[in-house]
Amino acid sequence: MSLDTAMVRRIASLARIRLEEEEVGRMQAELNGILGWIEQLQAVPTEGVEPMAGGSPLPAAGGMRMRADEVTEGGIAEKVLANAPDRIGDYFAVPKVVE
Amino acid sequence: MHPTDFSLRGALDALAEGAISSEELTRAHLDAIERLNPRINAYITVTAEQALARARESDARRARGEAGPLEGLPLAIKDLFCTEGVRTTAGSRILGNFVPPYESTVTANLLRDGAVFLGKANLDEFAMGSSNTTSAFGPVENPWSRRNDPDARLVPGGSSGGSAAAVAARLALGATATDTGGSIRQPAAFCGIAGIKPTYGRCSRFGIVAFASSLDQAGPVARTVEDCALLLRSMAGFDPKDATSAEVPVPDFAAACARGVRGLRIGVPQEYRLDGMPTEIEALWQRGLEWLRAEGAETVEISLPHTRYALPTYYIVAPAEASSNLARYDGVRYGLRVAEADGDLRDLYERTRAAGFGAEVKRRIMIGTYVLSAGYYDAYYLKAQKVRALIRQDFERAWERVDAIVTPATPSAAFGMDEKQDDPVTMYLNDVFTVTANLAGLPGLAVPAGLDAQGLPLGLQVIGRAFDEETVFAVGAAIERAADFRALPGLRAGA
Repeated sequence: MSLDTAMVRRIASLARIRLEEEEVGRMQAELNGILGWIEQLQAVPTEGVEPMAGGSPLPAAGGMRMRADEVTEGGIAEKVLANAPDRIGDYFAVPKVVE
Repeated sequence: MHPTDFSLRGALDALAEGAISSEELTRAHLDAIERLNPRINAYITVTAEQALARARESDARRARGEAGPLEGLPLAIKDLFCTEGVRTTAGSRILGNFVPPYESTVTANLLRDGAVFLGKANLDEFAMGSSNTTSAFGPVENPWSRRNDPDARLVPGGSSGGSAAAVAARLALGATATDTGGSIRQPAAFCGIAGIKPTYGRCSRFGIVAFASSLDQAGPVARTVEDCALLLRSMAGFDPKDATSAEVPVPDFAAACARGVRGLRIGVPQEYRLDGMPTEIEALWQRGLEWLRAEGAETVEISLPHTRYALPTYYIVAPAEASSNLARYDGVRYGLRVAEADGDLRDLYERTRAAGFGAEVKRRIMIGTYVLSAGYYDAYYLKAQKVRALIRQDFERAWERVDAIVTPATPSAAFGMDEKQDDPVTMYLNDVFTVTANLAGLPGLAVPAGLDAQGLPLGLQVIGRAFDEETVFAVGAAIERAADFRALPGLRAGA
């Protein structure tokens, strides 16, 4: 599967990365190089193989631990906002979204 | 003896005897950093005042008889670990001047045990790389150089290149690092030091900037296997803040270093013999196996048949998880923001991410976005998860016959800063021997074992069963004793 320039633009849009027109060709070549190399996986027979989700080395211990659904911390608005590029009061500020 | 030449164990003994204070030890390292870091660039941020203040507190604790297990030891912290009140960059422009309001669990554990942090170590951007050349804060130089071409600047490996270079050049006694596909073991091997990626779940990932969450693990780099064991014991442990943290006891890893290998069965996977691999790496591997046999171990030829599919599997799984994890860098809550005066929110996201991420990170986000997108998920991501299960199964079968597996750590010695930069896939092949342990979640240790013809260090890797780091340390320490690796890099403090 080789990506055309329209697909490269679409992926960039999905990834929310602005791609300048002059960057598209190079990105296309690099992505196709990587995808072409990955393609060899299609040769591995995997019928009936349970996909491995998560990183646990022990198949039986694959399930993640649940915790009680209760508040453990909070009331730290100043800490949460301390690194905000822009804020208004206790809110993160962004360009107007709704007209 | 120069104070920067201590092993961690040696420094602990010297501190206990009163032969040196933590303040003296810390100052010696800060002086060395001031002298050598402008060239090596191992540190992005040096926290000299804080380090000296903490060293004095440490000396006071020791005087009161309250010394912790790592009391007074100056360490470097990979700049992927959030450190409260100290800028954390992940080697990226997109984090801007992010100052975490909290401490990662691993670094909190080290502070609890008395360690002193010298500063934040350089790395590939978001830990994506094998050369430390993708850092937004400039490349790190390997303190080693080639005998016949001493002016060629070599990479320290990556992504934990700053951590490994700092430890090799004696700019820290040890360092924290992280490993997603080889980022502890490959730079350790390139810099002639030891490093272990423990079992997935052994160290908490809380407060470590996420790259690929099912593969990321923290671990130490240090100049001896035992020093790695000492650091790992403090770094590891159950943490309720990480849902994948394992609720298992943390053994005395350092004690395991003295166990020896008598009676152990050591697996030698035939698939790790690559076409075109330098003969000196094959020779080093054979020498390592001979050392282990001489100590009473038995070596057994084994097969890990899906090995050749490990890297392509990794380059689906890791970018997929990265594209999801890095969605959080949106220019809204922290870090860099790039916006046009009349732009909308989407424009803000796209400009911020275009300006904030480097080329390798963008490539991986793009690959990850593609393999997770509608219509392609089954062909790529689901397929990779299935092959990943087969890779894990290969190891499960091997453990029926062997107790540990020994392989080369890397397919080459350190390369030049200008090499392997043209084709991303060429760079990816660096991790061919290390990435399997990440996919299977297993512990892997790199130990320096010899020099190539150019005088550059080469390492061997020991892979073990899940949560059996003790056997890994036992085998690694036996290799270390037999190798008696004493070569030193040209660029180092006290030289």
